[in-house]
Amino acid sequence: MKFDTPATTNPIDQLKIVGKPVDRIDGPLKTTGTASYAYERHDVAANPAYGHILGSAIAKGRIASIDTREAIAAPGVLAVVTAQNAGALMKGDFNTAKLLAGPEVQHYHQAVALVVAETFEQARAAAGLIKVDYTRADGAYDLEKAKSSATKPKDMDGDAPDSKVGDFASAFAAAPVQIDATYHTPDVSHAMMEPHASIAAWKGDELSLWTSNQMIDWGRGDVAKTLGIPKDKVHLSSPYIGGGFGGKLFVRSDAILAALGARAAKRPVKVALQRALVANNTTHRPATIQRVRIGASRDGKITAIAHENWSGDLPGGGPDSSVQQTRMLYAAPNRMTATRLAVLDLPESNAMRAPGEATGHMALEVAMDEMAEKLGMDPVQFRILNDSQVVPDDNGKTDRPFSQRQLVECLRQGADTFGWTGRNAKPAQRREGDWLIGMGVASAYRGAPTQKSGARVRLDGSGMVTVETDMTDIGTGSYTIIAQTAAEMMGVPLDKVVVKLGDTAYPVSAGSGGQWGAASSTAGVYAACTKLREAVATKLGFSTADVTFADGKVSSAGRSVALGEAAGPGGLVAEDTMEFGDLSEKYQHSTFGAHFVEVAVDMHTCEVRLRRMLAVCAAGRILNPKSARSQVIGAMTMGAGAALMEELAVDNRFGFFVNHDLAGYEVPVHADIPHQDVVFLDETDPTVSPMKAKGVGELGICGVAAAVANAIYNATGVRVREYPITLDKLISQMPALV
Amino acid sequence: MKPFTYERADSPAAAAAAAARNPGSRFIAGGTNLLDLMKLQIETPPHLVDVTGLKLDRIDKTDDGGLRIGALVRNTDLAADDRVRRDYGVLSRALLAGASGQLRNMATTAGNLLQRTRCPYFYDTNMPCNKRTPGSGCSAIGGYSRQLAVVGSSGSCIATHPSDMAVAMRALDAMVETVRSDGSTRTIPIADFHRLPGETPHIDTNLAPAELITAVTLPKPLGGKHIYKKVRDRASYAFALISVAAVIGKDGKGRVTIGGVAHKPWRVDAADAQLPQGAKATAQALFADAKPTKDNAYKIPLVERTLGVVLAQAGAKS
Ligand SMILES: Cc1cc2nc3c(=O)[nH]c(=O)nc-3n(C[C@H](O)[C@H](O)[C@H](O)COP(=O)(O)OP(=O)(O)OC[C@H]3O[C@@H](n4cnc5c(N)ncnc54)[C@H](O)[C@@H]3O)c2cc1C
Ligand code: SF4
Repeated sequence: MKFDTPATTNPIDQLKIVGKPVDRIDGPLKTTGTASYAYERHDVAANPAYGHILGSAIAKGRIASIDTREAIAAPGVLAVVTAQNAGALMKGDFNTAKLLAGPEVQHYHQAVALVVAETFEQARAAAGLIKVDYTRADGAYDLEKAKSSATKPKDMDGDAPDSKVGDFASAFAAAPVQIDATYHTPDVSHAMMEPHASIAAWKGDELSLWTSNQMIDWGRGDVAKTLGIPKDKVHLSSPYIGGGFGGKLFVRSDAILAALGARAAKRPVKVALQRALVANNTTHRPATIQRVRIGASRDGKITAIAHENWSGDLPGGGPDSSVQQTRMLYAAPNRMTATRLAVLDLPESNAMRAPGEATGHMALEVAMDEMAEKLGMDPVQFRILNDSQVVPDDNGKTDRPFSQRQLVECLRQGADTFGWTGRNAKPAQRREGDWLIGMGVASAYRGAPTQKSGARVRLDGSGMVTVETDMTDIGTGSYTIIAQTAAEMMGVPLDKVVVKLGDTAYPVSAGSGGQWGAASSTAGVYAACTKLREAVATKLGFSTADVTFADGKVSSAGRSVALGEAAGPGGLVAEDTMEFGDLSEKYQHSTFGAHFVEVAVDMHTCEVRLRRMLAVCAAGRILNPKSARSQVIGAMTMGAGAALMEELAVDNRFGFFVNHDLAGYEVPVHADIPHQDVVFLDETDPTVSPMKAKGVGELGICGVAAAVANAIYNATGVRVREYPITLDKLISQMPALV
Repeated sequence: MKPFTYERADSPAAAAAAAARNPGSRFIAGGTNLLDLMKLQIETPPHLVDVTGLKLDRIDKTDDGGLRIGALVRNTDLAADDRVRRDYGVLSRALLAGASGQLRNMATTAGNLLQRTRCPYFYDTNMPCNKRTPGSGCSAIGGYSRQLAVVGSSGSCIATHPSDMAVAMRALDAMVETVRSDGSTRTIPIADFHRLPGETPHIDTNLAPAELITAVTLPKPLGGKHIYKKVRDRASYAFALISVAAVIGKDGKGRVTIGGVAHKPWRVDAADAQLPQGAKATAQALFADAKPTKDNAYKIPLVERTLGVVLAQAGAKS
């Protein structure tokens, strides 16, 4: 099915099941521990051996020699895989560095060997017996130092790295009120609960991987390419994923080394990355240095805005697209953005939840707060005043409309709901006992892309509907919204729908990334269900014009037949792929929101504690308010982590992230997260898809950290432009104790 | 993890003797620290002596009105004990500020005292670390040291002792009772139990090899206000950046011990004497010889400010 004209009324609009806050259909499996995650798929491959990865001890250089003799001789060891015996390996299209080092080492903890043994303990112990002699090379690890050598990348996530409208320099120089500030965001880790894990088994020249991966078809392609085998000889299965956040968009060393280990040991092999490898062996969100300049007239109209970003990556890698939202959020006749990329020899940078916007808002939305204060304006009003209903900077053009844009409504409603009028514009004025209290706001912007997505739907003789698609559920609720979509389309209750996900045996979907998953994958299911409805009608000789599907029956012109009966004993199958036309070029598809945060800062210890958080989101039709809320509060929690504690500490001498475990890399715990409210504005967007839905899981993180930073400023009068905002950065400037 | 042999001892002296028979062996109690370190091959004992069956899990009154806490008393039970809560509030509060409920259910009194540093380089066997591999150097010096020591450190090591419980015990002048392999016993004042790193940072305490802790005793109750204030980057389940254990009398006199700043709970007699003068004077005495790094210099004003609020809470001059 091709979607190239705005949707009109369709069966989804009945909203009998879609749009309802139904419980996750996979919830009971998860709460009873019976949803099987990659490493626990005990039924898929008989008698698996265990693989343990040895990570490189150096960040850059060469393996001068590697001695695996002692490891091979150790008890229980079946095989040791290194670059020397692995055979030729290519690099996957989605990888920047190779997944097995040797002789060259490209980053710390890059895999140098896999030990396969009868037990996990034997594999791990034997890995400690491998002797590697490295020749270190000098590397670049310090973004601040590398900044001056940064260059313009070819591309910024598919967009031009630089953009320009009007004449920023003159307009900024002429602006009566100006702000020019530089912000730093650190490297951060996905730190998902389930580390990357895979079981691999070969049958002849066919490889099966039970793994934890967000993008099944990309994964299939990159496994095939890396191992040099045809794509159709690779099978991936990833029905449950214990968090990914972008860290599992790509095939990682667990999968490739499990495959190589299984080949060498002639047995299925399972590999999970040990926690200490997650930070340095896999991808992370790169640190950024961001300079934002805003010029405005005294009445608060922005006349000039510029956002420049520097980040680093290994050679061949890409930049963080932190300037994105600055092209989208506020009107201004003169503007520029620029993206620069330095070569760093730290582990590979890549996407993490809302790549670009997650970091970009941390700078822009604090600069907006600083500017509002300079202007003596309320920060909510300042944002509203500078709203734009067309894309302010569309690669230099400024006339394309947003399909929907309720930023102003989000800000207004949020301010009302939150009690924003209770905020004292002057910082450090509100005190309760030992706590200084402050409020902060930030806008939220994130694109609402769609991607081609396929599905197959089966109807059997008992009236059960089974959906198959290689879409993944990374904890987001895909199972449930797909079931809701199929139930609505076929006119059956939710318990008559079975959803099967995450397998190369199923039609290729959009996968989970870039907040496109919900809108795209349900549209694919919509397309397949539309075909199935036609097949049912045709089989019964019903006219498709007046046919209805409701209460488990299909009816037309006074005749009504139970769905199972209509399908007959052989059942019916339909498969289709939703393809998206150029509506996203005619209209900018985006989601908007506003975040409000109240913090308390201990006057003495400078510890920051969140007291209240509110997100107001306008993100198209909300397919399931319950799972959407879960997405947003999870994102708000991640934003709180980014604001207050998350940082991969770089050791500039050794070139690695030092705090590579969950004791050293702190993410928020329950006690850090206060009352969270989420409001979804009514919105249906017929230009996005027949579902009229967009994504929301990434919108939820955009702006959160800035709202926290702004609240801290309001509480204390201390402006910290270097995240995370830990107490050591506040202490020297805190207001005097009284 | 290196393969190891294992035995259960049936008396404290037998446990010590078993350890002595197997050089390099370790006692294992709750295992919450030791097992992690073994998995990472930071500790590679060839032999483990399990001490959990030794019945050292009682809390009894001592003849002089104090408490004897068995080495195997779990942190959860110690924190919840009525006598501890009533008479040694600082200890109960310190315990509850540490780790998580699950860990405290496993963690023991002796194990807690003997937990090893959380210096991140100590945990990465690829990195030089004098504490893990004597003579290899100290990666933390000149590296990422935000959490590490500001005082009492050496050119060989700037690690901190991470325990909360030990900080309170130092403020209470606890005594550590031990038994050695020959069956002899001794009592080590907590002040002399943990060591400063000096040139031998691989030796955390003055326990002899194979010496088993049997109990920790607390002197008779001190009275005064018992306060434990822990400052950290997140609200729960994090090691202290700094912590303050204080027992303060109505007259403002008392004692204070600082956690998270040194290789051992940091208590200075001269600082105790300054308490009636307030936080600034006390902090000056505590950190007279401080050698902070650029990353952890904040700890010194942080202790002073935290002391201020602790003294105010105690109703004393802050
Ligand atoms: C995630 C995490 C967070 C934590 N957070 C905190 C925190 O915030 N604050 C805090 O204070 N602690 C914290 N801890 C540390 C925790 O308190 C210790 O791990 C625990 O107290 C150790 O006790 P155990 O009985 O498990 O010791 P074990 O791991 O069994 O032993 C530790 C050491 O003590 C030795 N040992 C044990 N018993 C004896 C004995 N009777 N005589 C001689 N030697 C003995 C062992 O040989 C070993 O060397 C945390 C730990 C973890 C894993
Ligand atoms: S501070 Fe001590 S524990 Fe840390 S690296 Fe240096 S020697 Fe090792």
